[in-house]
Amino acid sequence: MRFAAIWLAVLGLFWGFSALAKPLLPWAFDWPKAMVLPAARWISAFTKWLLNEASFGLFTFQELTRGVSAVIEVPYRAATGVLSEGAFGLPPLSWLAVVVLVALLGHRAGGLRLALLSGLCFLFIAVFGQWTSAMVTLASILIAVPIGVAGGMSLGLAAYRWPGFARAITPVLDLMQTIPVFAYLVPVLILFGFGPVAAIIATVIYAMPPMTRITQLALQRVPGELRDLGNMVGCSRRQMTWRVMVPSAKAGLMVGVNQVIMLSLNMVIIASMIGAGGLGFDVLAALRRLDFGAGLEAGFAIVALAIALDRISQALAYERVVRHGYLWGALGTLGIAGLLAVLMPGVQSYPESWQLSTGTFWGQVVAWININYFDTLEAVKNALLINVLIPVKRFLIALPWAGVALFLGFVGWRLRDWRLGALVAGLTVLIAATGLWDKAMTTVYLCGISVVIAMLIGLPIGVMAAERASLWRWVRLAIDTLQTLPSFVYLMPAVMLFRVGDFTAMIAVVAYAVAPAIRYTALGLQGVDARLIEAGRAMGCTNWQILTRIKLRLALPEIMLGLNQTIMFALSMLVITALVGTRDLGQEVYIALTKADSGRGLVGGLAVAFIAIIADRLIGAAAARARARLGIAGDSHGG
Amino acid sequence: MTEDASGPAPKLLCRNVWKVFGPKGAGVLADLGMDATAAQFEARGYVAAVRAVDLAVAEGEIFVIMGLSGSGKSTLVRCLSRLIEPTSGEIWFHGQNLLTASEAEMMQLRRHKMGMVFQHFALLPHMSVLQNVAFPLEVQGVGRAAREDTARKMIALVGLAGREDALPRQLSGGQQQRVGIARSLAADPELWFLDEPFSALDPLIRREMQDEFLRLQAVLKKTIVFITHDFDEAIRLADKIAIMKDGAVVQQGTPEEIVLHPATEYVAEFTKAVARAKVVRVASVMKPLEGAAPAISIAASAKIADAAPLFLQEQALRVVGANGATVGVLQRDDVVALMLGG
Repeated sequence: MRFAAIWLAVLGLFWGFSALAKPLLPWAFDWPKAMVLPAARWISAFTKWLLNEASFGLFTFQELTRGVSAVIEVPYRAATGVLSEGAFGLPPLSWLAVVVLVALLGHRAGGLRLALLSGLCFLFIAVFGQWTSAMVTLASILIAVPIGVAGGMSLGLAAYRWPGFARAITPVLDLMQTIPVFAYLVPVLILFGFGPVAAIIATVIYAMPPMTRITQLALQRVPGELRDLGNMVGCSRRQMTWRVMVPSAKAGLMVGVNQVIMLSLNMVIIASMIGAGGLGFDVLAALRRLDFGAGLEAGFAIVALAIALDRISQALAYERVVRHGYLWGALGTLGIAGLLAVLMPGVQSYPESWQLSTGTFWGQVVAWININYFDTLEAVKNALLINVLIPVKRFLIALPWAGVALFLGFVGWRLRDWRLGALVAGLTVLIAATGLWDKAMTTVYLCGISVVIAMLIGLPIGVMAAERASLWRWVRLAIDTLQTLPSFVYLMPAVMLFRVGDFTAMIAVVAYAVAPAIRYTALGLQGVDARLIEAGRAMGCTNWQILTRIKLRLALPEIMLGLNQTIMFALSMLVITALVGTRDLGQEVYIALTKADSGRGLVGGLAVAFIAIIADRLIGAAAARARARLGIAGDSHGG
Repeated sequence: MTEDASGPAPKLLCRNVWKVFGPKGAGVLADLGMDATAAQFEARGYVAAVRAVDLAVAEGEIFVIMGLSGSGKSTLVRCLSRLIEPTSGEIWFHGQNLLTASEAEMMQLRRHKMGMVFQHFALLPHMSVLQNVAFPLEVQGVGRAAREDTARKMIALVGLAGREDALPRQLSGGQQQRVGIARSLAADPELWFLDEPFSALDPLIRREMQDEFLRLQAVLKKTIVFITHDFDEAIRLADKIAIMKDGAVVQQGTPEEIVLHPATEYVAEFTKAVARAKVVRVASVMKPLEGAAPAISIAASAKIADAAPLFLQEQALRVVGANGATVGVLQRDDVVALMLGG
């Protein structure tokens, strides 16, 4: 009771302050203009200095970036040469050769089933006429993934070896994973120019932090006995790392490789804004034309690519006894397919007459909905806008930054300790200090409403899917697809049905963010100890009682992590919805990207990252408390 | 080094070894002094996992360190090979105090003189049985043909010939530990550490592996430090036992000494359930010969359990020493008293 009373009192105080203090303390509501941190100007000046003046003695910074570009350019040209453009007068690999090679790789990794699956995925791409673009994207991935894996692993190894280094990079990794991607597209654009190489660099930057994290974790999880063994047989440092630790951590490291592949695929689409080309460019172009069908088809090609690469890389994590002869198979395929390609043009490039397209169909579906249900849709949209969205937005924007900072600080202190409170309050003040308070509150409002709706949809679906294995299979396929579809694809039907604006953004965000809400709910419920459910049944609980009294209570920490992930997904999508005209931090970053203003972009991006970190830390602390109260040991924090 | 009065110089000698976990373990140990109890360390937030341990392991002997979980036995065995750095003390091996040896010297010692078997086998998951067993030699830079040759011999020695190309996870627990044993022997170590090697196995397999281990040792005659939490296993295998509690050795001696004369209540708890006839030797129960010698003889080193069936016909047995001379007589009543008193 006392506990609740304290919370009520603080809430009341907060409300009173927000409602009444404006005339007395105007500075607490609007950060004084004179005191706004000119952080954007500093960063822009720094970038300019880097570009024009910075020098390492022997060479300048600009020469360094150009050198890096040149080094990446070489393998990228080679990969595009082999896959899509051809080189030295030779044609590129024919679609048939690539399909068979991928199937062979699938067979090597996981047997016949995987061979069929991966071969069919690539065939799908050819049949739907996405081949050339897909190969450009694949070439970027083939270059970005090894760099990302090697870089992430080196950092992870260094962090494992030197705890001081680990402490130094952890906050940087935190920031890298929460800052919206648009924000660092700007500096990459400025430093490396427009084009596929810059896009690869941005992709590597985006995909590397999880690899570093996972490497650290995987090495820590190697059993102590194996380390002892290495010492007992007298391994040198190098033998210890490469003969004992890394091979023993292989299963974990492959999870990291898988993550790098998936994130690279994700990023290669967004990086089309700085010249990635390939499928990403097709999706972006379709978005600009509002050609939903074309966008969806390119999107599905990305999903097919993602499924094949994901399953193959996952299967490679398992050690299996492998027969020899794959190399000969691959060489044979190349030879035969090359010969066939010379004899039959249909083998070299997939004939157009065999191609299918559902593009116009999807466009027509949207058009049909628009024609027949326009009034209904408008009514729903307006009702929600007037009754929910706009009032919430007004309420949030009217809040004083000082009050919000104090309140969040109090929440952090109650949930863990004063340090968390100070961090949360400090970040809130920083957002206000950059003069972006109103835009940040718009972001919070859009994100908040979307998350609430996503949870309202996701929770029941998750609960139902957790109960029925057959349903769960389908639901999982659906949310996997939702998560792999490039985020731009969500925008198109939303824009076509509801035109630009906050409501459209919300729909797209909900569609994207509902996946983790469903996933974590279902996994949390399925993870509840079966013995407890049995005990409940033995006591005569009804199904409803088991669900509400046992399962949901015990799955609460997991569901909170789901909420956390939903917020992260919503924030990352929200930045992209700037393309459909929201007026939040995403717009700030997007404008900076179009104007190549690195300072403005980074400051906007950091503000989004701060919001993400505040939400993440508070929910993380709440979940830890719930877990401690339930006596569930361990930390199942996903990532 | 001091001479052990009872025989030749020990192979491995351990003097006043301490391990205090915590950032400033050595300072705390210096503060509290060598007589400090485990509770005193705990009060300061430190854990004294090994306290003032003295051990002497003779050449060719199976020395068993027995203790329950948390008694510090695993820490102690890791101190002996300096996998864990002891806080203070001396560990003498080959006339050298290991605690003053450099990192490079330790690496050479571990490569050539020491082998270790782990509780959870510690097999490298990505290597075949053959590669795992050859691994210590590979680390030393031995050529492929030579190391695989040795590895094959070791694999045959532990009875796994034919499974060379299997991966560890394709083997049962008992087979995996056989691989672990073969690997620890590949470099032909003088000192063989076994850290609860059979604890993770099912009871029947454990029994089988113990027999296998005794058979191997009869051939190899290594100097062995064997860790276990199972008192019966200790009795079965040991030439000498050291019993640990809270980081300190509470008693050490032959199985017979410990069973007949437990030093503390704690040790007595373990010995209570032990069948004495299986531990006590004939020599400990025999009386001096008076009058005519009985016809049937028994070796002085035999266990009472082996002598007992002979009393179905006899009232007394003649006890003979290693050279065949009569050294005493074993009376039926004494045997009955021992077996019933257990």
